[in-house]
Amino acid sequence: MSLRFIPLLFAALLLSACGKSATDQASDQLTVRIGAAAPLTGPQAHLGKDNENGTRMAIEDANAKGISIGGRKVHFELVSEDDQADPKTATIVAQKLVDDNVSGVIGHLNSGTTIPAAKIYSDNGIPQISPSATAVAYTHQGFRTAFRVMANDAQQGHALGVYAVKNLGAKRIAVIDDRTAYGQGLADEFIRAATAAGAEIVSHEYTSDKSVDFTAVLTAVKAKQPDLLFYGGMDAQGGPMARQIRALSLNAKFMMGDGGRTPEFIKLAGDAAQSVYASLPGVPLEKMAGGTEFSRRYETEFKQPIQLYAPYCYDAVNVMIAAMQKANSTDPAKYLPTLANITHDGITAKIQFDGNGDLKGGAVTLYQVQQGQWQPLETIGGAATP
Amino acid sequence: MPNAPDRVLFQRILFTAILLLLPFAVDALLGRGWLRIVDFAMLYIMLALGLNIVVGYAGLLDLGYIAFFAVGAYCYALADSPHLALAFPQLFPDGVHLSLLIVLPMAALLAGGMGVLLGAPTLKLRGDYLAIVTLGFGEIIRIFMNNLNAPVNLTNGPQGISRIDPISIAGVSFNATQRIFGITFPSVHLYFYLFLFFAMLVVFISRRLERSRIGRAWMAIREDEIAASAMGINTRNLKLLAFAMGAAFGGISGTLFAGFQGFVSPESFSLMESVMVLCMVVLGGMGHIYGVILGGLLLALMPEILRHSVVPLQQALFGKTIIDPESLRMLLFGIALILVMLYRPAGLWPSRVRRRELSTDEKTR
Amino acid sequence: MEIFLQQIINGVVQGSVYALVALGYTMVYGILGLINFAHGEVVMMGAMISLSALTALIGMGLSPLLALPLSLVLAIAVCMLLGYGIERIAYRPLRHAPRLAPLITAIGVSIVLQNLAMMIWGRDYHSFPQLFVNQAHQMGGAIINDIQLFIVIAAVCVMAGLMFVVHRTRLGRAMRAVAENQHAAQLMGVNVNRVVSITFMIGSALAALAGMMVSANYGLAHYYMGFLLGLKAFTAAVLGGIGNLRGAMLGGLLLGLIESLGAGYIGDITGGFMGSQYQDVFAFMVLIAVLLFRPSGLLGERLAERA
Repeated sequence: MSLRFIPLLFAALLLSACGKSATDQASDQLTVRIGAAAPLTGPQAHLGKDNENGTRMAIEDANAKGISIGGRKVHFELVSEDDQADPKTATIVAQKLVDDNVSGVIGHLNSGTTIPAAKIYSDNGIPQISPSATAVAYTHQGFRTAFRVMANDAQQGHALGVYAVKNLGAKRIAVIDDRTAYGQGLADEFIRAATAAGAEIVSHEYTSDKSVDFTAVLTAVKAKQPDLLFYGGMDAQGGPMARQIRALSLNAKFMMGDGGRTPEFIKLAGDAAQSVYASLPGVPLEKMAGGTEFSRRYETEFKQPIQLYAPYCYDAVNVMIAAMQKANSTDPAKYLPTLANITHDGITAKIQFDGNGDLKGGAVTLYQVQQGQWQPLETIGGAATP
Repeated sequence: MPNAPDRVLFQRILFTAILLLLPFAVDALLGRGWLRIVDFAMLYIMLALGLNIVVGYAGLLDLGYIAFFAVGAYCYALADSPHLALAFPQLFPDGVHLSLLIVLPMAALLAGGMGVLLGAPTLKLRGDYLAIVTLGFGEIIRIFMNNLNAPVNLTNGPQGISRIDPISIAGVSFNATQRIFGITFPSVHLYFYLFLFFAMLVVFISRRLERSRIGRAWMAIREDEIAASAMGINTRNLKLLAFAMGAAFGGISGTLFAGFQGFVSPESFSLMESVMVLCMVVLGGMGHIYGVILGGLLLALMPEILRHSVVPLQQALFGKTIIDPESLRMLLFGIALILVMLYRPAGLWPSRVRRRELSTDEKTR
Repeated sequence: MEIFLQQIINGVVQGSVYALVALGYTMVYGILGLINFAHGEVVMMGAMISLSALTALIGMGLSPLLALPLSLVLAIAVCMLLGYGIERIAYRPLRHAPRLAPLITAIGVSIVLQNLAMMIWGRDYHSFPQLFVNQAHQMGGAIINDIQLFIVIAAVCVMAGLMFVVHRTRLGRAMRAVAENQHAAQLMGVNVNRVVSITFMIGSALAALAGMMVSANYGLAHYYMGFLLGLKAFTAAVLGGIGNLRGAMLGGLLLGLIESLGAGYIGDITGGFMGSQYQDVFAFMVLIAVLLFRPSGLLGERLAERA
């Protein structure tokens, strides 16, 4: 009877165990593993790979620098896992990283994967820094181990909403969101801030993160004659949306959050990218020490421009290592309190965490496309701005 | 030499012992990550067995099965989290925190009810038309869950419901390491035993059903609905029963999932999940309990096995990683699906009845 | 009124895309009774191939006027080969297997194609070069541009061409014979395997055409684009009555219209309780309602259940 498949299961498990053998170096050197988790397959794989690249660069830099902690030379090792942007896989991957004895985790990409994974890291006392999960709920689950180096939806949505009304003079605002945790969260905060600042939301429409055709919702938006359209979603939809806005001669300013502020957006939107607004948490890279250098090196190493969150991943790793150095230990239990209170000059912002693990200050910079380039307009908020 | 009943008894004891020791063996050999994968595999087995009732026994192609899993998961999420405090602060100031023993039957009933709801309008439909309607049904459920954060915040929309209470029975929390009779049981181990219990229950019920009048009536409907109805079988009620039973199993599995995961969001219940569960049933062997279990195990484990073997394999063969492991992993998975079906079209482990039907089928065509 | 007209145009354009893809599903289904789940991925391959060919040809200094048809031809040729290969490897050996077995191989083929595309073209979105000024035309206050116009015309032409092939040519007669009864057709001297292969190749050629037009219209191609499009087109084919060419066209247009009108007016109909987020719910509800009254789709014949 059912006995028959049991040996098969064991064989399968053993087969995979062969792949697990660690690559420990010479004994005088301490190997410290840093976990990274992001979707490396599926529709968001390009962003996930970007995250992995950013993390990898920081780790290579740290190894090149030759860091010593607790009197021993430390070799950092990246353990990268694919969470497929799926919450269930995320918890499996999280458990696996814990098994692999990582000292800290950089990830995940999406809020939907970061939130369930956070529970596992917290149960095992492993610090987790998300470079890109912006849902407020992530740091509000009461876990000491959850941090992020990115303004959350509330911070960013607020900055966008206020800017739209105060600086761009928008009075009639239309909103579209993609019904993902990111898009909906950001759009809701945007609406809250914009209405508080005195604008009217004339239309709230919806699409999905897999759509390519937005003509129907855009036509519905056009009927309400807004003077600004905000889209809560990613570049892959924002690009074609910008084109379709132009094709339907919908005369409204177009604005997105950080999901839209990518080179990909400009590529996909073509001519229609001109004068689109978007935001990015932190301070413009070129204004930060080491920022320009980072993007140049990134492009040489990976032969493509930074997609989105690579600099945040770079910062996340560095702030983690900085905490280890300051605590003089790579033991999560020992360096976690140091991490919570650290001040670190990153390339995206001056990083300090508040009581929840959110980025203190949460500066947000507004950008506009001019001549096919994202040009910074203004940096809003952020006590930590240099 | 032991006689036959003794040998059966011995086999059963051995089998039970292996299952009971499995979490410790997996933990020691491979790590907790793998045990977590096995835990998920158990949930998938329950799902696959539930779908097997609908597809395997009654022959109704269902592409929206994951909806019932979602119903169960949201049931537990709402009944065991602080979430409802947001929507109804007066009614539930701290949210709702019911016992699993209350939520489980509730979820099973609700999911079963949804099954009937799906079944009723689709009774007349056949084959691929049924497939697309069930697919639509699954999407409708998911879209509602994704959007019912307004006007009343019922499901919290795409943000999902977090901070779900871990499962606890009689004051024993499954989320913490427990010491029982001097043996330490970490959380993943405890969940394994819980899921094992329910999986066994589902297997038991499936087996009893298979050999009952109901089961034989289902198979009659599967083979020829008109003939079955001519033999006096109430095809309408029996089809509805199949939908309801399958859905209830899905609901139970979903409930356990929510407690295990601590977070539910609509993205866990996409169409691809329905397709995967269907693959488990068909790949393993439709209508055959052990085949379906095998299919569930294989499909739940295979991507993970490939995840861990693709890089070392390339390293061994070429000395370096040439092809990106992630895309290669899914590629191999796809190829495996094709190959298995080409060489075992009736599934890896089809039931004997089914195999006989197939060989006669071949001759008559 | 302009807004309503614009929604109609949006719906017709989107519907024509669905119809083009749905034709591929329906042809295969009509003949083999098989849902070719991998069809959406063939569309994706068509888009990716035509896009890279176009970029390469333009890079070689060819005029867009020449490069465009050339890359389309290339995409069609490769996709036809692909379609032939898929049928040969994944479906033909299973023609007499249980009905669900080819469904699984189809899913397998989808996964393989998707990941193959990811290996070849990477994970990035690819933008379609803007070669011509995409002229916009005013129609009673509503706007339609060249590419959209072309999509609608192409869909109609393709449909007409297919109808001609199926109903007026020898090949078409053979196709219909195979659809009716494979064994009888074989006895009558029809080379069943050949007819099935040709059917797959025609379907794949249409997929390549659809793929290129979709990526030109929306300005992008991505290895993941086939999944949703395939799903919608399949829904459209069932709505119209799967296996019926006119049904695919009608189903596609209807689905496109339902979606755009749904997105535009659900909010007004339900008094703001539901909005465009329920667009797909609306579409599926219509589908279920149609199937309740016509269990074989709008134009589908009542066929006996295939074993």
